[in-house]
Amino acid sequence: MWKWLNSYADPERSYKLAGTLLPWFVCLAIALIGVGTTWGLLFAPMDYQQGDSFRIIYIHVPAASMSMAAYMGMATASFIGIVWQIKAADWAAASIAPIGAVITFIALFTGAAWGKPMWGTWWVWDARLTSELVLLFLYLGVIALYASFEDKVLAARAAGILAIVGVVNIPIIKYSVDWWSSLHQPATIKITEKSTMTGDMLYPLIINIFGFGMMIGAITLVRFRAEVLARNGMRPWVRALATQEVSK
Amino acid sequence: MQFESINDFLNMGGYAFYVWLAYGVTFTSLTMLIILSARRKRKVLTEIASKMAREEKLKESRGNKL
Repeated sequence: MWKWLNSYADPERSYKLAGTLLPWFVCLAIALIGVGTTWGLLFAPMDYQQGDSFRIIYIHVPAASMSMAAYMGMATASFIGIVWQIKAADWAAASIAPIGAVITFIALFTGAAWGKPMWGTWWVWDARLTSELVLLFLYLGVIALYASFEDKVLAARAAGILAIVGVVNIPIIKYSVDWWSSLHQPATIKITEKSTMTGDMLYPLIINIFGFGMMIGAITLVRFRAEVLARNGMRPWVRALATQEVSK
Repeated sequence: MQFESINDFLNMGGYAFYVWLAYGVTFTSLTMLIILSARRKRKVLTEIASKMAREEKLKESRGNKL
């Protein structure tokens, strides 16, 4: 099995595999986000306390939960890259970082736009918001480290170590609302017990969470393919693609 | 359907500014990310092609000297 798995670490194979997977991710992302957002904006019942302002939840929660999931994905890829010296994993981690940064920014921004009408303030320095801001800086740090070395093997190692160390921040974000008192409400979706939200509100939210996941997957594949090409500029198959692209 | 009319929908129960601000910024930043990501492949390949052209030129001029 190890040998079979290793063959996918070959740049050309992983490039082609990413190309095969891409349309599936794109279609699923468009369908899920389309359904989830329309349902959430138009058909979900109004919240009895927050009115229609709660409709921000359909982008805020998917962005926030996926900002953490993407971070775990990036850190896992970095770990694989560092431990088993698989370069394709390093390229995957480098592809996720900018996407994660944008998703984290969206989580913070939509949170602020929701906080203003509900809490009366755009921002408070409490544990949940601050740790999510730290997550944004971790993503930016990984991007900056990867960009600042000419030698990308070294760059991936430096960025990877930061990514792995930064994992400690993830449980802090997740449990911050339980550990410290906060303006931020606790989780409404519960996996082990009944969610504290009615189905009509909950289903579009879950659909959008999966949709955001698929979208992040799709953009990761797009960036991964470009990264594979950039790191393998000396290989004949990449050079053939380059010649094709210019003659187009 | 939770809203009586399009105006009602756009008004978002009085929270129009915050709701549409959140959705607008999300949409804009995601669109920018997707466009920039989609353009990368072409940019990388063009760079590689111009590097190949440079190498080719270098090889030629070296050949002339000999």
